[in-house]
Amino acid sequence: MLAIYKKELHSFFINPIGYVFCGVFLTLAAGLCCYTTLISASYSTNSYFYIMILCLIVLIPILTMRSFSEERKMRTEQMLLTAPVSIIGMVVGKFLAAYTVFAGCLLTSCVNLIPLFVIGKAEADLNQDAITHIGPVGAQIVASLVGVLLIGGAFIAIGIFVSSLTENQLSAVIISIAVLAVMVLLNVVNQIGSDSSGTRLINSYVVRFIIDWFCILSRFSNFQYGILDWSAFLYYISLSFIFVYLTVRVYERRRWA
Amino acid sequence: MIKISHLVKNYGKFCAVDDISFEVEKGEVIGFLGPNGAGKSTTMNMLTGYLSSTSGSVTVGGVDVLDDPLNAKRLIGYLPEQPPLYPDMTVWEYLCFAYDLKGCKFNREKHLGEICDVVKITDVKNRLIKFLSKGYKQRVGIAQALVGNPPVIIFDEPTIGLDPKQIIEIRNLIRTLGKEHTVILSTHILQEVQAVCDRIVIINKGHIVADELTENISRAVENTRRFNVKICGPQRDVLAMLRNLPGICYAEVLAARDGDAYTYMIESEVGVDIRKKLFWTLSDKGWPLIGMEALGMSIEDIFIAVVDKTGDGKAEKPRRRKSVEAGRAAAEKAMASEIVEKTAEQIKNSSDDEPAEAADGSKFYDDNTIKENTFEMMTSSGESDKNNGKENN
Repeated sequence: MLAIYKKELHSFFINPIGYVFCGVFLTLAAGLCCYTTLISASYSTNSYFYIMILCLIVLIPILTMRSFSEERKMRTEQMLLTAPVSIIGMVVGKFLAAYTVFAGCLLTSCVNLIPLFVIGKAEADLNQDAITHIGPVGAQIVASLVGVLLIGGAFIAIGIFVSSLTENQLSAVIISIAVLAVMVLLNVVNQIGSDSSGTRLINSYVVRFIIDWFCILSRFSNFQYGILDWSAFLYYISLSFIFVYLTVRVYERRRWA
Repeated sequence: MIKISHLVKNYGKFCAVDDISFEVEKGEVIGFLGPNGAGKSTTMNMLTGYLSSTSGSVTVGGVDVLDDPLNAKRLIGYLPEQPPLYPDMTVWEYLCFAYDLKGCKFNREKHLGEICDVVKITDVKNRLIKFLSKGYKQRVGIAQALVGNPPVIIFDEPTIGLDPKQIIEIRNLIRTLGKEHTVILSTHILQEVQAVCDRIVIINKGHIVADELTENISRAVENTRRFNVKICGPQRDVLAMLRNLPGICYAEVLAARDGDAYTYMIESEVGVDIRKKLFWTLSDKGWPLIGMEALGMSIEDIFIAVVDKTGDGKAEKPRRRKSVEAGRAAAEKAMASEIVEKTAEQIKNSSDDEPAEAADGSKFYDDNTIKENTFEMMTSSGESDKNNGKENN
């Protein structure tokens, strides 16, 4: 497993993919941070993290598209499957490699928030008698980061699963984006009309409840308030686990076919 | 070392491999032959644990491939039909990856260096695999199979894309490997099998149709029944004489003409060495014999005959032979049917005493201890082989 992890991590950076992902991710994060906080003169990082997750819908599939479809196309999976490595080890190795790149980028992008703290501190110094807290809320940021890390894991597991289904990288990307987008947008569908007393798009509570199971974003809001929500923890981790398991099953199934 | 019993693989309704059983002893080199789509690669994939079997079992070194895949795979080095290379890695990175993947615990630099020397890729080891020629890629694939020095090595068409010199080198390598390792070699090149393997297993339509030691086949191939003879003299008289000579069952003028000499192809009856008699007869007649060339049975013809015989008559020969050759092919057909019947009998016998052996499920890992210095020895012996080759040339 460690060998596959090392090789995957290595192969991200002998290909353009790893650099493209890191570059685009960091640029977008920096731009988003500027736009949502500095330019709009706000200490709230909610929309920063929210939009970042929307960006991940497109970015994560780029990271995961080659993981299995490339191996299948180049017939290198034959080497992995005939080596003394279990299928679980192979899938988890690949998952962790992609996750490392993603987490590395996300943590690096935290430097974007430094100016916010600097400005917040300066403003707090000016208004020392202010009653309310001035500046960004640390707890909110940490919880949101944890949330994004969890959601990223789930996205990567889904991306890897889709990649194991196809030989073609392009279709892997497109299908992954579609699946992720649907899972995120379900939230919007569910919430249409919920704020006002107006009519909801979906009136049946049961249907909303079921749809809620599949929407990734609905559990993110607690993190944004700075709450580490254990049920959401469990939800995201089991989502990752399920899709990693499904990927393993895809390979088992192909062996037995 | 390897025991395959009653292996069956169905792809949906299509049965690719149908009840194959054979055993390979330690240190044996086996040639695995068969026409396209016979089930060669499927069998190999099941051996290596890449595919699972529908029924039946494969044990490698006493370890069942399905029950304990990790330990079984540890004993196998596999070169698939298309070498599994990562084009964006350098050769060295790739071999290091293979080394880590197989969880080897040798001195890495030394072990991989020796392998590179053995397959002669040391000079390209820092180049990206995508820039290598096909022959080099193939050799990197072979190197990958040797990493970790597994006791069982399986090659699926290892010499494809290599130039003749490299082919000879790889054959020498396989022969040297065969001294310590068990090697299974699948190929279309029949001379290769003849040159390298101890035993030949021919498979057709998912069945084993022949399982014979190479030397037995070679003996048949090198028989002294058929000759091309070049005789100076009037063509018609010579031919008439040849046809009437007792002991010759077949004679034919070939087109090649050399001055006043014609070339004839003759075939003697079984168990008769016609050469001396022919010489004296010709000398009496005053027709000088200026050339004589023994024509062996070609292993190709035996192969085709075996496959034809077992192909339910559907597998047509690639080309309709002329009547001359139809006569020739008779011998191969006889040979083929002999082999096929013998194999069928073997299979029958082996299935009778099956239950007794099934109990023997003990694992003998210690027997397959992996020695680190094999390649060192090989490098030196490989060089001596090369020297022998030079002397022969």
